[in-house]
Amino acid sequence: MKARFMATTSAAVLAISLLASGCGSAGDTKKDNKPAQAATNANAVQINNETADDYKAIIDEYRKYVIAECDLFVTETEAFVQAIKAGEIDKAKAIYAPARMHYERIEPIAEALGDFDPNIDARENDVEAAEWRGYHKLEKALWEQGSTEGMEETADRLLEDVKLLRAKVETVDIEVSMLATGAVELLNEVSATKVTGEEERYSRTDLYDFVANVEGAEKIYELLKSKLKDQDAELTGEIEQRFKEINEALASHKSGEGYVSYDDLKGEDTRKLSQALDALAEPLSRMGAVLGV
Amino acid sequence: MTHNQESGNDQDSVLRKPVSRRDLLRMAGVGGLGLMLGAGGMGGFLQAGRSLNANSSPARNTGDQVPFYGLQQSGIITPPQDFLCFAAFAIRSKKLADVRALFQKWTAAAAEMTQGRMIGEWNEQHNSPPSDTGEAEGLSPSKVTITFGVGPSFFDDRFGLSGKRPAELRDLPAFNGDQLSEDWCGGDIGIQVCANDMQVAFHAIRNLARIARGIAVLIWTQEGFQRTAGADPTAQTPRNLLGFKDGTGNPDVTDKKAMAKTVWVQQIEGPAWMENGSYMVTRRIRMRLEVWDRTQLSEQEATFGRYRSSGAPLGASKEFDPLGLDRVREDGEPVIPVNSHVRLAHGDGSVQILRRSYSYSSGIDRRTGQMDSGLFFVSYQRSIAKQFIPMQQRLSQSDKLNEYIVHVGSAVFACFPGVREGGYIGETLF
Repeated sequence: MKARFMATTSAAVLAISLLASGCGSAGDTKKDNKPAQAATNANAVQINNETADDYKAIIDEYRKYVIAECDLFVTETEAFVQAIKAGEIDKAKAIYAPARMHYERIEPIAEALGDFDPNIDARENDVEAAEWRGYHKLEKALWEQGSTEGMEETADRLLEDVKLLRAKVETVDIEVSMLATGAVELLNEVSATKVTGEEERYSRTDLYDFVANVEGAEKIYELLKSKLKDQDAELTGEIEQRFKEINEALASHKSGEGYVSYDDLKGEDTRKLSQALDALAEPLSRMGAVLGV
Repeated sequence: MTHNQESGNDQDSVLRKPVSRRDLLRMAGVGGLGLMLGAGGMGGFLQAGRSLNANSSPARNTGDQVPFYGLQQSGIITPPQDFLCFAAFAIRSKKLADVRALFQKWTAAAAEMTQGRMIGEWNEQHNSPPSDTGEAEGLSPSKVTITFGVGPSFFDDRFGLSGKRPAELRDLPAFNGDQLSEDWCGGDIGIQVCANDMQVAFHAIRNLARIARGIAVLIWTQEGFQRTAGADPTAQTPRNLLGFKDGTGNPDVTDKKAMAKTVWVQQIEGPAWMENGSYMVTRRIRMRLEVWDRTQLSEQEATFGRYRSSGAPLGASKEFDPLGLDRVREDGEPVIPVNSHVRLAHGDGSVQILRRSYSYSSGIDRRTGQMDSGLFFVSYQRSIAKQFIPMQQRLSQSDKLNEYIVHVGSAVFACFPGVREGGYIGETLF
């Protein structure tokens, strides 16, 4: 689940250079039938630069989205932390899942920025017991212990971490390839823990995370859609359709402003959600290559 | 940019050729990835690929392929390979166009896999998930066959094909003693993959399921095995997990007349889209191994009506001796008991099926701690109603073997006729 963004970028350069050279020489018959000369991938670099220029507006747009989500994440975490410190259990419980959605939408960015993910989002046993902090520790206090006693320090620490994340995303270097892989990683997050109800052990609010991860992936897709369509309209249509299907499946589990508890899902519900997710992630995983990033 | 590779036909076809990168590097007489960055490098690869293919003789594959294309699908009268991977799918899409496109993609992938080739065009691109999952790369095709069929539920009102459902194709009636679980029953589509290597067989099912994502989902799978050719070089009749030879009474698959009579749907009975197809029945039959293992040999042999060691009918000496159902002992009782498996399966001898079953072992039954093992029965027949059902009715009513087995899964599929190169599986129906 850790970022592989830089590696992906260099691989993209390689792939583009291969294709570029492949196009140029396929018509030749004999003279190329020998080992290649040393690498001259200047044209590939150029292509990559052009591509990067094309994508600048998209990246700027995505950065705005990340910052906006982070702003809301800070605001709602502040309210959450206040409620915790005031011992207002019900209020804190009500804020918990919706607040986290802002984080879940941009999780790959947080993961790319160092220790934010373990500090904010680690579950018990993900890290050494002494180092465990963040949202899930407070989740356990709220739902398991039914008390926030002794949680003041954890609450303050969480808010510090969240504010620091907000500060850092301002300058994060976002590559186009991060977008393509990030969209799939968001869905892989769902596959790994949320669809099985392991993410929100105590609050059972996994569906909120599920929805937010899908929304985060869909935001990236929306930003890349017109470019993707130029390259492969069929794939674009397929992804579009699959987003529609999973959103419909998720909408059927809405309850008021939020979503039903994971415990209210039947076995066949989770299986359907999981399969709809796989159905979406498969074509989405081809997005980067089709865009050549 | 990236899609130029798919637009040029010549180039396209070259890129599809069955040449691994390793082969290319070997052909080019060099190693090392630095080469790949060169502008002329890909031209070299393409050229190498072409020339390799021109004098193509993929030596490791020779004799290890079963042709995919043909009048009939392979995997039916193909001599049984060592391993089975069976998969049943439910279609989630409601559009026939999606189903048609799926079968077209499946056909292309199956044709590649049966020749031991990687599927798809995205196997060397670093910024893409590879289109072939890769675990069969470099492996012999291992006589892999991939056989496609559709179940009765395929002909409900979803795709406008209800008028084309063969009268033959309906869920089997309930038989005495059935304890069917939906975990092993039915399916809109059934795919039988057989190969002499389990990894090769699994690879096929895995990739077909991947290709289907968004259109169809797996609802159950079953792996199966037999003794391998290595363990039994003279290819004796295989033994089931009860220790008895199973399949002695099968018709001769090299006898075209017998196959036309027993296995292949003929023009006269229709529907037209099933001509040269065949109906498949699968039954997951759990064996109560613990009970069987404490049963005396004489009782075991009376149950089957054959000797365990030789496979010969009781009272005879060789496996393929006539059954001799008329023979009686001194006390007037038939030598082959009236409720023995072989007698009931044989009936009056006028009706046969082609059995193509595999043993299975799927861990233990968590409730009892007993082994969940038995027979994944597969049979092919021209008519389920005239061949399989009467036989199974006789067996379910009186077979002495029923003390030791229980049917827990059941499915029927209409397996399409074969396909010519350029066509796709199911085209006669869609």
